[in-house]
Amino acid sequence: MDLKATNRDIGTATVVDISGRITLGEGSAALRGLVRQLLDHGRKQIVLNLADVSYIDSSGIGELVSSFTAVKKEGGELKLLNLTKKVHDLLLITKLFTVFDVHSDEQKAVSSFGP
Amino acid sequence: MRGLTQRIEVTLETLLESVDLAEDITLRVASAAGFDEEQGYRIGMSVREAVINAYTYGNLQDRRRRIFVVFELLPAHMVIHVRDQGAGFRLQDVPDPLAEENLLKTSGRGLFLIRAFMDELNVTIPQSGGAEVIMTKRYPASSSASRSGGSTEA
Repeated sequence: MDLKATNRDIGTATVVDISGRITLGEGSAALRGLVRQLLDHGRKQIVLNLADVSYIDSSGIGELVSSFTAVKKEGGELKLLNLTKKVHDLLLITKLFTVFDVHSDEQKAVSSFGP
Repeated sequence: MRGLTQRIEVTLETLLESVDLAEDITLRVASAAGFDEEQGYRIGMSVREAVINAYTYGNLQDRRRRIFVVFELLPAHMVIHVRDQGAGFRLQDVPDPLAEENLLKTSGRGLFLIRAFMDELNVTIPQSGGAEVIMTKRYPASSSASRSGGSTEA
């Protein structure tokens, strides 16, 4: 299944509900375009809800890292929400769990952004 | 079944679609070989990453080149070869993606994931050229016993 995404603005934060696969090609490109679009619209507090992301490969991991650094460069923050076990394990073995701010509660994720 | 080796050879075009195709084929072979869904996922991901490397860095997305995938079903383990037609590389030259300076790089994790998911990983440069990624996965205990005609004790 290709990647699909829906945005929800909650105050100054934007929660992006993503479903499908983040893999080499369209999936990774779609995520890149999505984050770029949010930044262009001044949305810099971003929560990626990955609850329905069934699969991520190394390109998808790379795209998450790229998104993280792109948002940070613009003075914003990107957080991850509701990782599946597979994605959780991938971030753990690649040591990226220490890089990303990962949440399992949407409200807490949204309220964790600085002023 | 003891000593019987099955060999499956697949030749892929250097296309983005070949990445998904290689993974799909691998999932079927792994399932037929007795691996469960979780192990199949890991083996499938490993082949996917090896084919991504071949597509991107080996064959440089040149459609005239080919990617060769071979599955060898041996009595105790499965060996998978992924060979490209590029310049080749040495495993020891690949940067460690867990090193502090590489942690935020957007690429370079494929071989690391293969190493994490498979029992053995080697890279050779065959006489025919290119890089050949060789991955080994042992069968689950019950499957291995059945393939070798042995039995397990309670």
